[in-house]
Amino acid sequence: MTSSDAFISIRNVNKFFGGFQAIDDVSMDIGKGEFFSLLGASGCGKTTLLRMLAGFESTSSGEILIDGQPTADVPPHHRPVNMVFQSYAIFPHLNVRDNIAYGLRKQRLPKAKRQEMVEEMLDLIKLPGYGTRKANELSGGQRQRIALARALILRPKVLLLDEPLGALDKQLREQMQLELRALQRQVGITFVFVTHDQEEALTLSDRIAVMSGGKVLQVDTPHGLYEAPRTREVASFIGNMNFFPATVRRNGASAGAVETEGLGTIPVPLDILTKPDGAPVQVALRPEKFALSDTRPDGALAVQARLSTSAYLGERSHHYVTIDGREEPVAVSTPNLHRLAGDDAGTGAPVWLSWTPESIVILDAE
Amino acid sequence: MSDGTYIRRPNRPLQIYAVIFLIVLYVPVLFIPMFSFNDSIYVRFPLQGFTLQWYGELWTREPVWNALWNSVKVGLVVSVISTVLGVVAARAITRYRIPGKGTMVTFIMMPLVIPGIIFGVALLVLLSRMGVPLSLYTVGLGHLIICLPFGVATLLPRFEGFDPSMEEASADLGENGWWTFWRVTFPMVFPGVVASLLLTFTISFDEFIMAFFLTGTDPTLPMYIWGQLRFPQEFPSVLALSALILFVSFFLVFVAQRLGRAGLDNGNT
Repeated sequence: MTSSDAFISIRNVNKFFGGFQAIDDVSMDIGKGEFFSLLGASGCGKTTLLRMLAGFESTSSGEILIDGQPTADVPPHHRPVNMVFQSYAIFPHLNVRDNIAYGLRKQRLPKAKRQEMVEEMLDLIKLPGYGTRKANELSGGQRQRIALARALILRPKVLLLDEPLGALDKQLREQMQLELRALQRQVGITFVFVTHDQEEALTLSDRIAVMSGGKVLQVDTPHGLYEAPRTREVASFIGNMNFFPATVRRNGASAGAVETEGLGTIPVPLDILTKPDGAPVQVALRPEKFALSDTRPDGALAVQARLSTSAYLGERSHHYVTIDGREEPVAVSTPNLHRLAGDDAGTGAPVWLSWTPESIVILDAE
Repeated sequence: MSDGTYIRRPNRPLQIYAVIFLIVLYVPVLFIPMFSFNDSIYVRFPLQGFTLQWYGELWTREPVWNALWNSVKVGLVVSVISTVLGVVAARAITRYRIPGKGTMVTFIMMPLVIPGIIFGVALLVLLSRMGVPLSLYTVGLGHLIICLPFGVATLLPRFEGFDPSMEEASADLGENGWWTFWRVTFPMVFPGVVASLLLTFTISFDEFIMAFFLTGTDPTLPMYIWGQLRFPQEFPSVLALSALILFVSFFLVFVAQRLGRAGLDNGNT
């Protein structure tokens, strides 16, 4: 993303609450029409950042531009953004129609036109005929849709969503994820979505910013975050990851390798080795990048291992295996294509643990 | 125990205690309406017979109407002002981070426990030092001090009970503070506002001690009753008047209580 096509520009933003730093020098750009997620554990600053975009919190330093306009002096009611609150904040004294039409007062539309817009929104959120229902007659999923409609009817440039699916049960949440994604494509508005659920972020987003302790650790596509995390923190926050201490080995200008504790020496192309010869690094491997077999596979890199524990999950099995030169067991996730001899033998059965050099990620040492 | 859970188990001694408690509390008060229908100017048993004579006498008595009108005027003004101040105070207490908030709330609530006689004397001294003549205005001022904590206490739970993101949602949807107040905040606390109006009006209407110190030439209704107690032949009419005040007060407070809780128990989120 170059800054020229950035729709929201966050530049060196800091936020202090008393002595506590909630946002620590955050800079990022969000493109027009993007589904952008802020992902992190609670207290990481993601909601504070979202509230800054909405105008409910000021920046202590730095600036935020929306559509090229500085926002520092713009109060929430003048910003071209709308928000879906975590509690949905459906007005209990108004019915569904009046809730959705709430923000239209200033546009001084004829009543028929306003009615028509509300009906259109009710169709969009698949709740036609709900206009006269009272707020306390609605289920959680319905409230969430009303909150969406109430924000979208104003055609905001940016829609902010603060964990909007957090209060829903699992099945409804998965259904709403699909609908939300379809809705975003349909209306073409930039969505900024706050969540602590990494799976949700991966499913929904074009790009994700992983936050921790007020800092942005990495901004990337779901694929990029999962396959090429830049730090151990990101790697272990998104999915599971095995880490192996390792040392860089450069053999002249032609070939490189990493010498690992446990997995032996793995050849890697020189261009992904940024450290000098002898530098300590970490090699990271996702559990599903490993394969287990009864005999040594041809061609692949492999070591002898022993099954420690296995959990059968239907389509996949999760195993822990132990290898020489490493105390911590290695997590392995395999599709259940065929059964291993070791599966029946149980704990301690010998297996071969194999992987390809392309599947490893090299991270800086801790 | 065959019926009822551990918590809901009927407790016979407690029920008896509750009934005795209510009887002891209200029977003395009920003597007032009872004797107001008694066909005798003496308050004693046995009752002499039923009459509406004392109520009829009240109806034709000019000073009673004047005193009633004085009390209503003071009560209306005091209830409106203390409710408006109560809304402002309750909103500030629940919405803003104010240093020393706890202390402030304590001071706002203090008049509830400070004897009225102390406030009355203090205000009388202050006003006479300042050369302010005693009138219904000074009575209203005294009542305001007494009523304000009741207004705040009635409105606080209303403000505490609603999600601050409601007001943020309104701002987010394009309304400034003024419109947000009238379109979201006020409708949501409205039952509390009505409850506060009824309660503070009743308190001002019934108040005696402050009025005793601060009344000028126009008496409020309780002051009028106090004046009439010197004349034994007027006593049955005083009883009739007291009975009326009792019923109106009871009714207003009952409605205020119901309204104050309405909507807090269900579906307010």
